Amino acid sequence: MEIFLQQIINGLVQGSVYALVALGYTMVYGILGLINFAHGEVVMVGAMLALSALTAMLGWGAPPLLALPISLILAMLGCMVLGYGIERIAYRPLRHAPRLAPLITAIGVSIVLQNLAMMIWGRQYHAFPQLVANQPHLIGGAIINDIQIIIFILALAIMAGLIVVVHRTRLGRAMRAVAENQHAAQLMGVDINRVISITFMLGSALAAIAGVMVSANYGLAHYYMGFLLGLKAFTAAVLGGIGNLRGAMLGGLLLGLIESLGAGYIGDMTGGFLGSHYQDVFAFFVLIAVLVFRPSGLLGERIAERA
Amino acid sequence: MNNATPLLQLSSIGKQFGGLGALSDVSLHIRRGEIYGLIGPNGAGKTTLFNVITGLYQANAGEFQFDGNSYRACKPHVLAQAGIARTFQNIRLFANLTALENVMIGRHLRGRAGVFGALLHNLATRNEERAIARRAHELLHYVGIDKPGQTLAKHLSYGEQRRLEIARALATDPLLLALDEPAAGMNATETESLKTLLQTIRASGITVLLIEHDVKLIMGLCDRVAVLDYGRKIAEGIPEEVRNDPAVIAAYLGGGDD
Amino acid sequence: MLGYAMKLLTQPTRFAFWLLLGALLLLPFVTDALLGRGWVRIADFAMLYIMLALGLNIVVGLAGLLDLGYIAFFAVGAYCYALTGSPHLALAFPSLFPGGVHLPFWIVLPLAALVAGGFGVLLGAPTLRLRGDYLAIVTLGFGEIIRIFLNNLNAPFNLTNGPQGISRIDPIKVADVSLNASQEIFGITLPSVHLYFYLFLAFTALVIFVSQRLEKSRIGRAWMAIREDEIAASAMGINTRNLKLLAFAMGAMFGGVSGTLFAGFQGFVSPESFSLMESIMVLCMVVLGGMGNIAGVILGGVLLALLPEVLRHSVVPLQQALFGKTIVDPESLRMLLFGGALIAMMLYRPAGLWPSRVRRRELDTDEAAETV
Repeated sequence: MEIFLQQIINGLVQGSVYALVALGYTMVYGILGLINFAHGEVVMVGAMLALSALTAMLGWGAPPLLALPISLILAMLGCMVLGYGIERIAYRPLRHAPRLAPLITAIGVSIVLQNLAMMIWGRQYHAFPQLVANQPHLIGGAIINDIQIIIFILALAIMAGLIVVVHRTRLGRAMRAVAENQHAAQLMGVDINRVISITFMLGSALAAIAGVMVSANYGLAHYYMGFLLGLKAFTAAVLGGIGNLRGAMLGGLLLGLIESLGAGYIGDMTGGFLGSHYQDVFAFFVLIAVLVFRPSGLLGERIAERA
Repeated sequence: MNNATPLLQLSSIGKQFGGLGALSDVSLHIRRGEIYGLIGPNGAGKTTLFNVITGLYQANAGEFQFDGNSYRACKPHVLAQAGIARTFQNIRLFANLTALENVMIGRHLRGRAGVFGALLHNLATRNEERAIARRAHELLHYVGIDKPGQTLAKHLSYGEQRRLEIARALATDPLLLALDEPAAGMNATETESLKTLLQTIRASGITVLLIEHDVKLIMGLCDRVAVLDYGRKIAEGIPEEVRNDPAVIAAYLGGGDD
Repeated sequence: MLGYAMKLLTQPTRFAFWLLLGALLLLPFVTDALLGRGWVRIADFAMLYIMLALGLNIVVGLAGLLDLGYIAFFAVGAYCYALTGSPHLALAFPSLFPGGVHLPFWIVLPLAALVAGGFGVLLGAPTLRLRGDYLAIVTLGFGEIIRIFLNNLNAPFNLTNGPQGISRIDPIKVADVSLNASQEIFGITLPSVHLYFYLFLAFTALVIFVSQRLEKSRIGRAWMAIREDEIAASAMGINTRNLKLLAFAMGAMFGGVSGTLFAGFQGFVSPESFSLMESIMVLCMVVLGGMGNIAGVILGGVLLALLPEVLRHSVVPLQQALFGKTIVDPESLRMLLFGGALIAMMLYRPAGLWPSRVRRRELDTDEAAETV
């Protein structure tokens, strides 16, 4: 029972990070109908930027509790610029090209980012400094520490904030209008390019936060961390119903739980045939299963009918 | 097949998107060898009906019979095989392929050569390929495209693209040729030559179903006309009757923004 | 066959064709003499990549399905021969296979092609009705799944020998002559890499031939129709699902064949040869040369297979000379260039370095029209 509870806690924490990244995928998809393949790398860049800023500031003797938020904000700003750049380079020039084209440019961007990061930060794993006194708490035999609590609450707060932005503000209305019908939105005086840019930047800012969260949780950052995380977050977005914000959140949390429970119990389920190192496979099977049986996701509208 | 039975018979077709009804209880029949017109204000459900007949959408209610067989939920390629060929309102050619290739692709379902035929390139395959190419050239000529067959579809003029779509559809050897606003965007001369082409096609024994906005074209060309409004059939008959039908006049005046 | 090869090379004269053939036959000797034997080996690998790229070209270039896990089929082919042509199974399961399996290469080759094709269908059947970008992600996931399984299926029973991979794979034999040792023919000594060069040259020619025939067929036209507009294609009577499956299976079979050749050539396979980056590299070859154009894809394959070697031989010495140390390693520079090439090609030359004949003819007629 303790193990079960522990896996639930781990799953929810990990899932909230997936959800943040999934929001980036789902926002871009909602508005452009395209997958931002480079989004996972934005997460990585966010983590790396924050790491560098943090290391530098701590080196200058800045108080940790000041350095952390500042480096988080710097990472968010950096990623917003990056997100803007990705849209300008890989998506905007190809908005009327065949669908394959922006997909390929985005893959190109993601490879470039990954290798630039490797050149800048090296191949090695970087230890992410632990700044919060990471007090473990015991709940019903399971352990949850401060960082995990912060991650979970912060993620929920950000998601709530995003919902408010999208449904209650002028910008959100413009975003929804562009998602619904670009042409009509343009006729109504919405600056489509601006809305799309802002969407990329918003998603990238969330990705930066998620990157810092993952690194803080595991205490590690690495140039390759974005790839798998991005793939899983995309799975989460599809699971919830791509294009749907609440779906991305639900999908993220659910995927986190599936993964953590799956990894915890796969040995027992398969009589020891498959071990926990198959954890990463779960996401893919979930992805394929969802796409086959319910391509619209749990909360999504039926995409097929929109043809 | 008995010539008296209609080629296409729709029985109480209904189609909904989410909660919205796009078509309800539409019944009509198209006789062999006639040109049948489908008109109605924008958003009346004409293209939706088209998509149901050609398998792009599945109807939620009702069924239709084509050439003696019943169809409910069928893939487009099955209906193409059965003998329904179509064009699209916003031209959907294979833009980066040549005009000739576009028409040759229309012959796909009347060919047999598979992977082994392609690899061995045996006599049967070679003969088939020659026949396909010959027929494609004929059809290009038939619809009046005199540019070289090697021209990419996207480099044809607008009117030629419309006619290439018709050639591609004819390549499937259809019993019913369904045209979704073929005259849209054409000038008067082009429309006139389209009219001649459609009459030639009908004379060759192919039944034609026509969605059109150009009422003049419809009235001058069609044997019978049906009018859709808000997803329902409000009138059907020979053009003169329909033109004077009060319900039709009301629909067009009420819908006014056409 | 010669006729087709000729047409492929933009209709050169018969003389030019024989010249090319002669040059290709002499290539290993010239390379050996001028650059060293290592480069003959590189040429061998380049041909494996060309075969892969031509296989992927069917899927991406003709049928327009973006497959990001294509290398998985290469892996399937390679492991098929690794398992059946090495002592591994005898070591792992002495009771089941006391002497090992050691099936001859020429038996395994068609079987491996079928198995890889089967995997293609297995992956394609549930996913091909998805839209292009979903398919890309699912295939990417599939590639990773295969790699994860290869990496981990050494326990509880040792099927793949995990990350260490499988070694001591039997060399390929042609008519009882092992290609792993030098052979003397007509008084000329042919080293092993030369023998493999000629074998791979023959296979590459076969793959080119098959690609060419498929492209110019009813099937090839249907694939291109699906690529251009799937809805219009199905309205024209094309069974899009079956034809997409066929494209997947054909592409996978090409991958399986080159994987089998790879295993026999290397004598060793391990999961790290089948990473996502390899899939990306093959994709890059297709995109760079010109999607859907066989000659272009070959050009892309040659360029990108040689690139890492050129970089290795230029970047490191250059940096040593300039800075006295290696700042950027050639491997990451290579990937950086790949990424940059994908972006630049799509933005500025979407038809590839060598656009297909039709497009070029089109350009010609446009120019002619302008001069009138």
